Amino acid sequence: MNEVEHIIEVKDMVKNFGSFTANDRLSFHVEKGEIFGFLGANGAGKTTAIRILCGLSYPTSGEIQVAGHDVYREREKIKKKIGYMSQKFSLYEDLTVSENIRLYAGIYGMGRKQIASREEQLLDRLGISQIRNRLIREIPLGWKQKLAFSVAIFHQPAIVFLDEPTGGVDPVTRRQFWEMIHDATEEGITVFVTTHYMDEAEYCDRVSIMVDGRIDALDTPAALKQQFESENMNEVFLKLARR
Amino acid sequence: MNRFFGFVKKEFQHIFRDVRTLMILFGLPIVMIILFGFVVTTEIRDVEVGVLDRSMDQASIRATQKIFSSGYFVPAGYLQNEEEIGELFRSGKAKVVVVFEEGFEKNLQRENRAAIKLITDASDANTAQLSLTYLQGVLMTYFQSVNQDIQLPWTVSVKSRMFYNEELKGVYMFVPGLMALILMLISALMTSVTITREKEFGTMELLLASPLKPREIILGKVTPYVLLSFVNAMTIVLLGFLVFDVPMMGSIWLLMLECMLYITLALSLGVLISTNAKTQQMAMFISMLGLMLPTILLSGFIFPIDNMPKVLQWFSSIMPARWFIVIVKNIMLKGTGFAFIWKETLILLGMTLFFILASVKRFKIRLN
Repeated sequence: MNEVEHIIEVKDMVKNFGSFTANDRLSFHVEKGEIFGFLGANGAGKTTAIRILCGLSYPTSGEIQVAGHDVYREREKIKKKIGYMSQKFSLYEDLTVSENIRLYAGIYGMGRKQIASREEQLLDRLGISQIRNRLIREIPLGWKQKLAFSVAIFHQPAIVFLDEPTGGVDPVTRRQFWEMIHDATEEGITVFVTTHYMDEAEYCDRVSIMVDGRIDALDTPAALKQQFESENMNEVFLKLARR
Repeated sequence: MNRFFGFVKKEFQHIFRDVRTLMILFGLPIVMIILFGFVVTTEIRDVEVGVLDRSMDQASIRATQKIFSSGYFVPAGYLQNEEEIGELFRSGKAKVVVVFEEGFEKNLQRENRAAIKLITDASDANTAQLSLTYLQGVLMTYFQSVNQDIQLPWTVSVKSRMFYNEELKGVYMFVPGLMALILMLISALMTSVTITREKEFGTMELLLASPLKPREIILGKVTPYVLLSFVNAMTIVLLGFLVFDVPMMGSIWLLMLECMLYITLALSLGVLISTNAKTQQMAMFISMLGLMLPTILLSGFIFPIDNMPKVLQWFSSIMPARWFIVIVKNIMLKGTGFAFIWKETLILLGMTLFFILASVKRFKIRLN
């Protein structure tokens, strides 16, 4: 069909935990190269959905394709094409900056030479060459977050999944972080990001808003604001939640 | 394959950068074996013995001398009357009192019989029991030697030998037991903790979302521990051999193979624990309480299995350590080959398979 354009295609995705329905017939698609915001309150089912798309858990039913592969049968292929960053900025605290980069690059099957040259580039771009041999536990949270993101896209995946990537960092760092996300899309990487900061939704090309396991709205931020006659995304969200 | 090696390397880095892990991994086995070897002993040495001699004749004095020249006992002084015995025990100055009756030598010569009373402080039952046995042994040998010149119509002489451990050394017991305990502790405890740590820090999610397969993740995490546990096992054998003269009668290769099997078993148990524990503390708690204590108490390491109540005997047969100890003793002390331990080996193999299957199943449930 149109896999080339739609890098993620989800149709009637359902995930039940016992009698509880975490994802209730979700249908949406993500276009190649866009920043897709996946919004919702805590417990709305964002993490459940992102875990299914990353191959960390199986859906109960539905047709789901990620990067042109089926999530039931081709998980291994999907995993090679995606990057994932969790809300904990999970790097190994007792390894150095450089060791962390090399570890993940190695896991994604990159060659030694390629790793070395891209590592130089990355450290230069972030301006952290001087701390390459410092342990992660010794560097500030803001740097950890940037580094975690850089590591997640180090192997140049088709899509990167960011699960609440800006939790606990200050507004300035958050701003810088979104600039990094923008740079990534210029390299052709599609970004799928969950957040509960509504102001961040403005940075996305399109956003979906989840309430109680369902997607209640999905469009560009501008269209959503118009539709709900709101000044900003926060208002849109509040109106949706009160419905 | 490169992917996998990079991952194993990282696990080694975790181990060698954490002082606490290193201490448990290398310090603990050495400290334990030295402690158990020297401190916990089933032999008696320098037990204080008080003497209440009512006759003070040649026979009783000789007997007393014999007791103290045996090397097991030291004098705690002479007592004057029975009342002092209780006082002596209460003050802790003696564990045993030997009482010679009045006219000891006279009775021996006239009636061919005389009585010695042995009284022990049995608040420490083990020492009391052992001291009694040793004392009786010393006295019997002495009086037999005195009687040698006298022609008796007939005599029965009992000669005993302790096969496989002629001197009844405690270390012979402890080295196999400690091997079972330490390997279980290190392999199961350390793997369960290191895997739950990845879960706690959220790095497990990243690994699972990566092209690494779940079995590669688990294998990568346990591989360093397989190697290090194996080094530990050999250290224990070597320490036992060099410091405590524990013999190595059988094949060292067979022993190594059996150690590998037991290590694999303990590691798969550790993986199983980690699939059930959410935090490192939890994993540590389960490993300590669920593995350490039963291993010490029910494996036959310290307390003989045959003396346990039936229910506990059944329970002890699900202790992997029980079978491993039998195997190690057979190889090290008796020098037997595989023909005598295949049954125990098979049991360990079965348990290993069971734990691996159970953890795989648990892992799958978690993913769904």
